[in-house]
Amino acid sequence: MLLANLPALQVVIPLVSAPLCLLLRNPRHAWAWSSLVSAAVLAVAVMLAHRVYTEGTISYAIGAWATPWGIEYRIDMAGAMMVLIIAAISAVVMPYARRSILHEIEYKKIALFYTCYLLCLTGLLGIIVTGDTFNLFVFLEISSLSSYVLISLGSTRRALTAAFQYLVMGTIGATFILIGVGLLYMMTGTLNMVDIAERLPAVTDTRTIRVAFAFVTVGVSIKLALFPLHIWLPNAYTFAPSVVSAFMAATATKAGVYVLLRFFFTVFGSQFSFAAMHVSEIFMLLAIAAILVASLVAVFENNVKRMLAYSSVAQIGYTILGISLASAAGVSASMIQLFNHAMIKGALFLALGCVFLRLGSVTLKDMHGLARHMPWTMAAFVAGGLSLIGVPLTAGFISKWYLISAALTAGYWPLAVLVLISSLLALVYIWRVVEAAYFNVPGASMDKIKEAPASMLIPVWLLIGVNLYVGIDANLVVSMAQQAADALIGQVLQ
Amino acid sequence: MSPEIILLACIALPLLAPILISALHRWPNPREAVTLLTSAGLLLLVLSLHDAFLQGARPAIDIAEPLPGLAIGFEIEPLGMLFALLASFLWLVTSVYSIGYMRSHHEWRQTSFYSYFAVALGSVMGIAFAGNLFTLFIFYELLTLSTYPLVTHSGDNSAREGGRMYLGYLLGTSLMLLLLALIWTWSLTGTLDFREGGILAGTVSPAMAGLLLALYIFGIGKAAVIPMHLWLPAAMVAPTPVSALLHAVAVVKAGVFTVLKVTIYIFGIDFLSEVTATQWLMYVAGATILLASIVALRQDNLKLRLAWSTVSQLSYIVLCALLITPTGIIAGSAHMVMHGFAKITLFFCAGAILVMTHKTRISELDGIGRQMPWTMAAFSIAAISMIGIPPTAGFISKWYILLGTIESQQLVALGIIIISTLLNAAYFMPIVYAAFFREQTTATAHESRHNGAEAPLTVLLAITVTAAGTLALFFFPDKVLELAMMTAGAGR
Repeated sequence: MLLANLPALQVVIPLVSAPLCLLLRNPRHAWAWSSLVSAAVLAVAVMLAHRVYTEGTISYAIGAWATPWGIEYRIDMAGAMMVLIIAAISAVVMPYARRSILHEIEYKKIALFYTCYLLCLTGLLGIIVTGDTFNLFVFLEISSLSSYVLISLGSTRRALTAAFQYLVMGTIGATFILIGVGLLYMMTGTLNMVDIAERLPAVTDTRTIRVAFAFVTVGVSIKLALFPLHIWLPNAYTFAPSVVSAFMAATATKAGVYVLLRFFFTVFGSQFSFAAMHVSEIFMLLAIAAILVASLVAVFENNVKRMLAYSSVAQIGYTILGISLASAAGVSASMIQLFNHAMIKGALFLALGCVFLRLGSVTLKDMHGLARHMPWTMAAFVAGGLSLIGVPLTAGFISKWYLISAALTAGYWPLAVLVLISSLLALVYIWRVVEAAYFNVPGASMDKIKEAPASMLIPVWLLIGVNLYVGIDANLVVSMAQQAADALIGQVLQ
Repeated sequence: MSPEIILLACIALPLLAPILISALHRWPNPREAVTLLTSAGLLLLVLSLHDAFLQGARPAIDIAEPLPGLAIGFEIEPLGMLFALLASFLWLVTSVYSIGYMRSHHEWRQTSFYSYFAVALGSVMGIAFAGNLFTLFIFYELLTLSTYPLVTHSGDNSAREGGRMYLGYLLGTSLMLLLLALIWTWSLTGTLDFREGGILAGTVSPAMAGLLLALYIFGIGKAAVIPMHLWLPAAMVAPTPVSALLHAVAVVKAGVFTVLKVTIYIFGIDFLSEVTATQWLMYVAGATILLASIVALRQDNLKLRLAWSTVSQLSYIVLCALLITPTGIIAGSAHMVMHGFAKITLFFCAGAILVMTHKTRISELDGIGRQMPWTMAAFSIAAISMIGIPPTAGFISKWYILLGTIESQQLVALGIIIISTLLNAAYFMPIVYAAFFREQTTATAHESRHNGAEAPLTVLLAITVTAAGTLALFFFPDKVLELAMMTAGAGR
């Protein structure tokens, strides 16, 4: 009974738990409750992934309304992998959040924070599991609206403008998606993804479908911060509370990429997306621009959080680059990159949160000589940074390897060179932090700085540990990613 | 113990030693004992492996498979055996030297110094015994990262600048070019194993193979072929033992070792002889030899002159590898060892001079031979070996180098080697002359009476051992040549 309803539980558990946080009011209780929920969500995700792994794609009809009429939840290997990433990051972030949130957010608003956090988690998980385009829009809005609130809770007043900027951009994106879904409904008379896919070939050569495709693509591209629609991201990540930056960097944009893959491969079909609409060429150019421009901006950024935000834009570029290759190797490289980047950026933003807790600032200038006072935090930052650069024995190396292999196999050797050049840029911006923290003499104001508490360091090092583990043995991730890619691409070809 | 276990122990021992070293950071004497014991233990392990190897054992073992089809695995072949013997022997000597040097020089952060040193040596062992190019690459990068804290040991601004160059060049070349070459090779052949006769034959046209070879030669930044050489002089900000073992032997030899491995086991001599680009790359190596020697001539800082001399000598080995003849491979393999002994001696002497007199410039060394006769005698032996005059080790390898160039009728290369020999003499002999035959300035003479004469005992011991080794390798080069010839046999 419980097992059969796993797909629903995945979303329902955090959804119904969220309001309870608000009722609890006491920050401590709200935190404990959210941690419990996160753990439960992870447990469900693991069971769900296991089921998909052994039994194949799961289709679940909400309220037992049969599919095309009712809402279908559909989880294949790609979905299972995404659910695992999101649930795992959330479960790791929660123990960390207690101290960090207590420090960064006004006492009265902490319960509100956890409520929104759980809602955001609900939205992200819902986006992944749903097989219904309108339902997808609803979950997208749940996650977006709650993340506007989460960002606005940041400790400076600039968080408000950042949240507003994101709100404007995000709403445009959501509206575009809704228009696209509406057009699809108009032409096919259904909202179920698989059903649309079946009916589309009959009407595929119409302007309406092409417009629908364009609306959806642009709308989702805003959500996943594809260059040049990324402008909301640097501010949002910079001014959001540390926990939110880490959580969003590791999950929200990833969910966006997943939606894109769903629409490209499952709904519209790769034939239409890549052959008729020339997505490959457009995305490849945008990805190249994202990688180069964002990496260069990161090199000159003095606020480390902002630097990492721009680095995220570049990393999203890698993911899109993999998709633009329009091959199984490329998509699986993208899935590997999704997983690895979630682990890398999660670790880096959390490490930076430790710095913010003790230092109250994350600018390079203020971090001079920090390594002497916070050796574990900075060591984690260096390890995460090495993974971001793509040094062997780290997760980042694995993603680079697959991305470059995919590019070479497809015959795009300049792309391989480009990816490597941007690794060098990553080396430059990460090393600016390393030099500031390790080589400069700490100022007198730093004497009282202590190492971050264990409750925050352990989650950071857990993620670093995953990075190193994947670097040594990537078989699990790679096989999951390849199955995910097969699931995405295979559906169309069948 | 089975050879496989010994093989793993060779890599694990130095990688694990830092745990004990850091645990003992409050007690300097036990801490240094750990370093000495580890290095001695490693040497014994490598020697026993050498015995087993000569008796025909070919241990091979895979420990992990990060990517499907790409294992981290180790395997012994003659060249790796030779490199491991060289590095482990000189690590023991350097450890003895370091203790005297670091203490007399009152260096800070000695615990982290010894820790990273051990990790670096573990990486070198990983490189030497790597069973495939992927494993080699991993340890190659680990070596760069573990030596970065050693290069920047002093922590001041010049260390930061030097460290930037070091990391920028080494990580830059390896991530940009070497990794690209690796993935390219992988996509062509589906394997990165080292196989006798190479793996690339028949998979790629000679023209593209030339491009691939160029990616390898320039991507292996540790081999310091122009224009990828600037990190080496920059790395001289490191404490002298680091410059001595790592930037005269371990790190740079890891570079040329990789070049040799790639030419022998990835391309294969037969396939490479069809690739015309080797000729051009050989000229680049030749240009490196000459230009670096000329730059060395103009350096007044002793360590910098040695560094530029290393740049030039490394390209000897690259050039030998690109001769693509068995004699060339023998010459390159032998020169790895012969140059190692001589150059480490020179660096040891430079460090001894620094510790005792705080002098770093060649122009200040007038008459230093009277103050430090033992040190400067060793310096002279090593300098003679660098030029290639008997009875020193350098003569043996130079013999084979010249033989190789003549055999393959590379007259340009022959000319380059001869000119470079003259240049070697021109930048080393004046130092020897000044040390023994010029008068000390009065200030120096006063200072030397004040400071005492020779370097600390441990330092002198290390210098003596390597200088004696430089002489001994002239009279007994058989072991080295045996392995070198086995390597040449594998290339066919």
